[in-house]
Amino acid sequence: MAAENREEGILNHKETLAAPPTTVDKTFDKCFRTLTLVFTWATVLLLAFIVFRIGGQALPALKEHGLSLLFSSDWDANNNRFGFWPQIWGTLYSSFLALVLGGFFGITIAIFLTQDFLPHKLEVILKNIVELLAAIPSVVYGLWGIYVLIPILQPVADKLHSSFGWFPLFSTSFSGFGMFSAALVLSIMILPTIAAISQDALRAVPYKTKEAAFGMGATRWEAILRVILPTASGGISGALVLGLGRALGETMALAMLVGNSATVSLSIFSPATTLAALLALNFPEADLNQTGVLMYAACTLLLITLVVNMLGTLIISATSMKGDER
Amino acid sequence: MNETKNDLLQLPNLERQPFEPRALKSILLSSITVICAILACVPLFSVLVMLIYRGGSRINFELFTDLPPIAFQPVGGGISNAIIGTLFMVGIAALITVPFGVLAAIYLAELGPHSKIAAVARFSAKTMSGLPSIIAGVFAYAIMVITMGGYSAWAGGVALAILMLPTILLTAEETIKMVPKRMKEAAFGMGCTPSQSMTKVILPVALPGIITGVVLAVARAAGETAPLLFTAIFSEYALEPNDPTASLAVLIYNYSNSTSENQLELAWAASLVLVVLVFILNMVSRWIGSRTRN
Repeated sequence: MAAENREEGILNHKETLAAPPTTVDKTFDKCFRTLTLVFTWATVLLLAFIVFRIGGQALPALKEHGLSLLFSSDWDANNNRFGFWPQIWGTLYSSFLALVLGGFFGITIAIFLTQDFLPHKLEVILKNIVELLAAIPSVVYGLWGIYVLIPILQPVADKLHSSFGWFPLFSTSFSGFGMFSAALVLSIMILPTIAAISQDALRAVPYKTKEAAFGMGATRWEAILRVILPTASGGISGALVLGLGRALGETMALAMLVGNSATVSLSIFSPATTLAALLALNFPEADLNQTGVLMYAACTLLLITLVVNMLGTLIISATSMKGDER
Repeated sequence: MNETKNDLLQLPNLERQPFEPRALKSILLSSITVICAILACVPLFSVLVMLIYRGGSRINFELFTDLPPIAFQPVGGGISNAIIGTLFMVGIAALITVPFGVLAAIYLAELGPHSKIAAVARFSAKTMSGLPSIIAGVFAYAIMVITMGGYSAWAGGVALAILMLPTILLTAEETIKMVPKRMKEAAFGMGCTPSQSMTKVILPVALPGIITGVVLAVARAAGETAPLLFTAIFSEYALEPNDPTASLAVLIYNYSNSTSENQLELAWAASLVLVVLVFILNMVSRWIGSRTRN
């Protein structure tokens, strides 16, 4: 108190703007800082709570059924027999197909946009179009898939099945709803993610590396394939892993297009189902016993995607750190 | 004379040879790339054309004012409750996540950027941004629907908030970090406390970037279906926050397999409304973003 009085004696508030922070300022500062720290903690705790809560709800089912549930394909709610193998297979297989297709297109577009193929203005337009692909809600893709894509795919699939039916990928006939249409829509949905992150990786390639390749007389594609892509490979593999993460967790387009039948088949024309579609379709009508099993399925999906996403984030941060050293 | 010199030094032919295999390969790969880029644009245009073609006929005043048709009512009906429901739930989610995300971002960008908790929080946010949307629904079901004893708009809002948080947090952190250091130092030099420099100098400068992130997150949340399927589910009546609530996305999903031509038309019209809404939000965020960069 005495110190404050003395300060007031020296600095007359009416004559100068300078003043030490008042008690209100100091309290506000302290509260504000604490608040930001609280919310930072809350972010971490929220993720932990999500895992904990879903895990907690799944625990009874885990205790009752054990891990064998993951590899069994029975689903008989009346006799309390459950199995996720067809769903896990469907999730992994559809994501893999989408990754192959979406990855190819995504990386090609990233190359097209970064390696001076187009004048700058066209580049910006194409980039915006690809980004808008990501903005369309998945349920709209589902609707489009049912009424536009499936009628287009049907004759193609019939032809492939009748000519190459001996090949395992084409071994069943196509009824519209199935892996083929679902994976195609899924690949459109993950393409923007892969293209955007790959572009960042390709832009990060030092210009002198590229110039050195051209200086040695490499053609444009020799430079891209042998110098630029290998240099950017870390970021591109991160992009692919994150794209895979998105594909694994995607729900609506798959629930609407995949056919929802618990079939395990290599054929891309066969109907299938996924973990997310299982949750979307069965949760609203589940009784208490089934809810536990569905929580178990949610937990499985959560673990798969968390591992894939963490891996992708780590790959990207590791490669960008290496880039800084260079 | 020249020829003998060339022979002696064995200089390669330095002229451009357009029909050499490696040049042909380059041309081939370039054309494949062009074809791929064009193919990738086809879905976007196909979706837009179909939405306008099949949904455009139902865009009228009725669509925005009427409730959905009951069961197999052959004509008429609108999607007013779904539009209001979507806006209401996204609004709740934004109210929760904007303060949450921005305050956490301030800590991550300014107050303790190198602390351990900041690194862990950043990692959690990045992990959460890859969280499957259906998991957010399952979580909101577990904490809201089970404890409140029923489906409600509140539960839907919480589910959307979980999806919006990482986007808002990470973009806010990026923009706050981009505020020039000399502005902060000027604020400190004037005798500001850290929170004064934050609220009076840094946040106003970073505001457009933060808004961009919020608008993008809102655009994403407006189109989400999976988290609402068993938190808000669907209703054919006007908004009642404690009861099941309709949303555009769930309406599209529910009507997509309908045998009633009327409901199917409404699904297309709702898709058109939803896509237009999402695109406008995207444009707005881009516009704000580009304005600040200049």
